[in-house]
Amino acid sequence: MERRDLVIIGGGSAGLSAAVAAYDKGVKDILILERIAFLGGILNQCIHNGFGLHEFNEELTGPEFLTRFVKQVEERHIDYKLNAFVTDISKDKVVTYSSAEDGVTQIQAKAIIMAAGCYERNAGAIGIPGDRPSGVVTAGQAQLFLNDYGYMVGKRVFILGSGDIGLIMARRMTLEGAKVLGVAELMPYSNGLNRNIQQCLKDFDIPLYLSHTVTKTIGRSRLEAIEISEVDSSFRPIKGTEKRFEVDTLLLSVGLIPNNGLLDNLGIPQSRSRGSVVNQKMETEIEGIFSCGNVLHVHDLVDYVVAEGRVAGEAAAEYIEGKLKKSDSLILTEAGEGVGYVVPGRIELTDEDEKITFKFRVRKPMKNVYIVFSLNGIPFKKIYKQAIIPSEMEIVNIPRNLLVSNQGKIVVSTEPKEVK
Amino acid sequence: MGAMKDVIIIGAGAIGCFVARYLSAYRLKTLVIEREPDVGDGTSKANSAIVHSGDDPVPGTKKARFNVEGNRMFPQLCEELDVEFEQVGSMNVALDEKQREKLFVLEERAKQNGVPTKMLTGEEVLAMEPNINKCVTGALLCPTAGVVNPFELTAHAMENALDNGVELVLRESVVSISKKDGHFLVKTNKNEYEAEVVVNCAGLFAEEIAKMVEPIDWYIRPRKGEYYVLDHFGKGFVNHVLFPLPSEKGKGILVTMTSAWNYLVGPSSEFVDDKEDMSTDSPTLADVKAQALNMVPSIPFNQQIRIFAGCRATPSTGDFIIEPAKSEPKFINVAGIESPGLVSSPAIGRYVADELVAPILKAKKKDNWNPRIKPYVHPLKMDIEERKAFVKDHPEYGAIICNCEQVSIGEINDVLSRSLPATTIRAVRKRTRAGFGKCQGGFCQSQVLWLIAKATGKSPMEIEYEHEGSIILERESK
Amino acid sequence: MATTLTCIICPNGCQLTVDDDLNVTGNKCLRGVEYGKQEVTDPRRTVTSTVKIASKQLRVCPVKTNVAIPKNMIFKVMEIVNQTSIVPPVYIGEVIVKDIAGTGADLVSTREVLD
Repeated sequence: MERRDLVIIGGGSAGLSAAVAAYDKGVKDILILERIAFLGGILNQCIHNGFGLHEFNEELTGPEFLTRFVKQVEERHIDYKLNAFVTDISKDKVVTYSSAEDGVTQIQAKAIIMAAGCYERNAGAIGIPGDRPSGVVTAGQAQLFLNDYGYMVGKRVFILGSGDIGLIMARRMTLEGAKVLGVAELMPYSNGLNRNIQQCLKDFDIPLYLSHTVTKTIGRSRLEAIEISEVDSSFRPIKGTEKRFEVDTLLLSVGLIPNNGLLDNLGIPQSRSRGSVVNQKMETEIEGIFSCGNVLHVHDLVDYVVAEGRVAGEAAAEYIEGKLKKSDSLILTEAGEGVGYVVPGRIELTDEDEKITFKFRVRKPMKNVYIVFSLNGIPFKKIYKQAIIPSEMEIVNIPRNLLVSNQGKIVVSTEPKEVK
Repeated sequence: MGAMKDVIIIGAGAIGCFVARYLSAYRLKTLVIEREPDVGDGTSKANSAIVHSGDDPVPGTKKARFNVEGNRMFPQLCEELDVEFEQVGSMNVALDEKQREKLFVLEERAKQNGVPTKMLTGEEVLAMEPNINKCVTGALLCPTAGVVNPFELTAHAMENALDNGVELVLRESVVSISKKDGHFLVKTNKNEYEAEVVVNCAGLFAEEIAKMVEPIDWYIRPRKGEYYVLDHFGKGFVNHVLFPLPSEKGKGILVTMTSAWNYLVGPSSEFVDDKEDMSTDSPTLADVKAQALNMVPSIPFNQQIRIFAGCRATPSTGDFIIEPAKSEPKFINVAGIESPGLVSSPAIGRYVADELVAPILKAKKKDNWNPRIKPYVHPLKMDIEERKAFVKDHPEYGAIICNCEQVSIGEINDVLSRSLPATTIRAVRKRTRAGFGKCQGGFCQSQVLWLIAKATGKSPMEIEYEHEGSIILERESK
Repeated sequence: MATTLTCIICPNGCQLTVDDDLNVTGNKCLRGVEYGKQEVTDPRRTVTSTVKIASKQLRVCPVKTNVAIPKNMIFKVMEIVNQTSIVPPVYIGEVIVKDIAGTGADLVSTREVLD
């Protein structure tokens, strides 16, 4: 059986940056397995700009951003396979992949980094009532058809969900000649960045219907119309508020889900992010199997994906070289009041940890709140936030010395600031 | 295609496909006319996909006869036609003492129908089905029941018929039937065909087709059922097809694995006016969910990957209608095939071919009829060494494009080039499962679309999702 | 006449009001003032789209304006983008249309397409 030090599943931003980081730490025997015909993952179709402000201090488009990482991989002569689909990984780190070129191949890896990204929630998962014609498409799929292949999926468009991909596609389809009639958002607030609300909707006078959802799709063959309704505080449609739009296309931008089946199949516990539970080194409970990027939790900015890939890449290199410190510490983390999930899900402190980086999202927009970290019931860090929104991922670095115990449980929660 | 046929079959659902398959054993010119772009696209694709044991139909009815006969045919049939089938057995589950008493009525009925059963105590049920409601008081186990891939069943039956010389036209709706020189003239929206015998297998629309020949005293009322499809979240969540006790509205909300080991919950039962109403609605599905959770409280509905609805062709007579028209002995109605229609379809097809059509035409059997189709290759079902060897020789089967169900280009190209080729996204999905998983085609739909365009020589903008006109791509952006 | 707009600089999303004399109110920080003034006097956007390319592997090649253009020129720029077609090889940053629609911005490729 072929042997490799490090096998990375996924050649998108997380996988490429992990590869570069591991290489620079001294591990040269790396193989990246990429499912599609290009490196770079989802950034290939994200031709809008706004990437790289943290990483390169400039605004790049997706293809420009990914090309920089591809060049870093190529400069280092890191091995990769395209059109290579990983069908299985085992607990003892045998990776099975399948491709037309290499057939079915098994590789014994010393370490594995899972970096397979995420997939879009779709009409089936959210169960939109009504008919099931063509023309109901996830925003990301419409983006792929438009930006990578040069095809429009429709001419009169409505969008369900105000996630950023949906907003970006509202602008893209408008620029390419479609009429976007509106965006409906179930929540009373938008799930996209303010910048995208302004530049993708307001710039083109596209209305945003907050507290609305699609209550009917109509059309036997191709979509002919949709009906939206206002929802009450428990998200139930309110009778009598129906509005009908004659559209041939309904784009869905209703969330992303980690594409984590390979690790789920190993029985690795799942976090509330629907990725695997990892420690601060991005290592799962199976030694030598790491996870990073959107397969772990869905990020807001690719810059943070890259940073997380780097942590995983360096840790995997340390593991391969036998330098990854073992620890008898175990602190579990938990998303408390107002918080959706917390990464890492477990902390195994070693004397090398100077700080622990926490990443999480809040469940709803809040103003004037504290983010409270408590260990075994005792708060040890409070951070004031003027405003905090679910569409932005929070990153908080906690100095090691604030953790008075290396066992127990850390809860991250929000707490309103008392108004005097 | 010569104009004069011996037999025209109207409709290529499960019934039409099996009538065609069994007629293909005879030296006859048989033509099947289907209005959809694929076979099995009506009731046959949107049902529970259960191979019922036959414990439920009233003894002496056609439902009872063809269900039990059909059930007995399935193991060999699915082997011949390379159809996914698992004889997992079913349970009628009683959740209180009163329900438990009713199990004995069912047991008696099963006995009269010749269906083997075993009465289980509550403890025995819990040992076999640990996720069932703890207040279970007993169940009637029917070991011969199973689950089948309903898409493969119809498509492979038709493929087998085509391989044996039957002809099929798709995308044509029958608009009129008249008599001409003693035989039938069947006009569609596109063509005219003539035949000596016509078999009406038009499902929900069998009533409309029958009325083209004579006034009838029965009708078909569409009865809609809505379902949830859940992902593969681990084999063994349930190990049998689990039914509550049947009521007047039907067999109730069942919880079952599919033949691909994901899970299905449903159906509701509601008469509707429109035979094409396949829409779902939230209150109905909420009710389905509540009833299912009553029987199996821990169903993980966050694993939901799709909802769908299908209409049963419920006959006003209460039983299957399988007989010649009163005034036209050579026009045969096969109508009102509601549940247990899928399991009955092979037995009905064989009966219609052998007992009704062949005698009229005094048809002789072929010597060289082949009951088998060319087997389909599923690399993921092979063990690893076999898979390595196979993919080495067939590289296309190594190129996996469906992320969730792990389907390769080789498997897709195979279904695009059979005697019954898939020509739509849905047809590929039904035959290969590419796009049936949790991402619902998010990853693979574009790839499937290019493969269909290539195989059919059409522009990507002509490729349809399912029904005629259901295109995916509207125009080139540049 | 005063204009109201949502500041896009940070998650606060301040509701800014900019009056005729370019006084900005509603901001919680100074960056909001700058943004408010710019949006009212000379709003600019980077346009990203694709142009037709005669390549073996792609039908379209992604492009952008290398600097932001006046917002009211977006559709003028798109008209030219839609009429433009190129042949490989093309490199990232390569100018495809110089001074597009007289905006002073160049339309540049954002992807490398070699054949």
